[in-house]
Amino acid sequence: MADETTPQRAPESGSHSHGPSSSGPGGAGPRTGGPRSGGPGGPGGPGGRKFFRRKKVCKFCTEKIDAIPYRDVRLLQGFVAERGKIVPRRLTGVCTTHQRRLTRAIKQARNIALLAFAARY
Amino acid sequence: MERFYEVMFIVRPDIEDADVDKLIAGLEQTITNGGGNLRSTEKLGRRKLAYTVRKFNDGNYVLLTVDADGKLVAELERRLRVSEPVIKFITVRMDEEEKRLNKIKAIRATRKKISAQVPAAAPVAPAAPVAAPVEAAEPVAEATPATA
Repeated sequence: MADETTPQRAPESGSHSHGPSSSGPGGAGPRTGGPRSGGPGGPGGPGGRKFFRRKKVCKFCTEKIDAIPYRDVRLLQGFVAERGKIVPRRLTGVCTTHQRRLTRAIKQARNIALLAFAARY
Repeated sequence: MERFYEVMFIVRPDIEDADVDKLIAGLEQTITNGGGNLRSTEKLGRRKLAYTVRKFNDGNYVLLTVDADGKLVAELERRLRVSEPVIKFITVRMDEEEKRLNKIKAIRATRKKISAQVPAAAPVAPAAPVAAPVEAAEPVAEATPATA
């Protein structure tokens, strides 16, 4: 049915050729392209790559670390970049709840001068 | 309602240890006078600060865990703010966190108990199945030669 309609539409509107002709497969495209990009976009993160990286596991979930204390500088330093910025969770693979707790702990540690706000001029 | 707080503060590095102890004793007095309870005092020692605070590059870290209510904590913070040797402090409320951790531990304990009952049966059971396959193997081995 779509094959029947698109040849009729194409000669009808020349200027709209991009519209309907692209809306045929294009209408189906973004619809499947949206959830599709949500698939690899979930674990890998939209980095412009077509293949998605191996699913990184959350370190805290696997090691069953419940509390993330701000005092544990060594643990927190693994999630802080060289300049002192907090590393996004798409790079570390941390799950959302733990990332939030981690962020809170890092900010508390920064306040008590255990971690720097900004390092390296 | 008693809430549980962690107070960490940094004392200037050029203050004597005796003075640090005096300071901590004074804070302890404040807590007990206000009706709170000091759970523990921990001196984390001299550490290098991540950034310069009041022109100091290192400081003496002290951690207090306190059971107190809000007003007492406000008073404690006021004292820390006013006291000259303390250069930085942070108060973190830990009671909700503690509740959550206890809940998790309780869940894990119940899980372990259930699985501990099974291994209680299971050490009996693996001992039994270990014995049983041996016994089963023997009768089978006996049976097969018997049948064979």
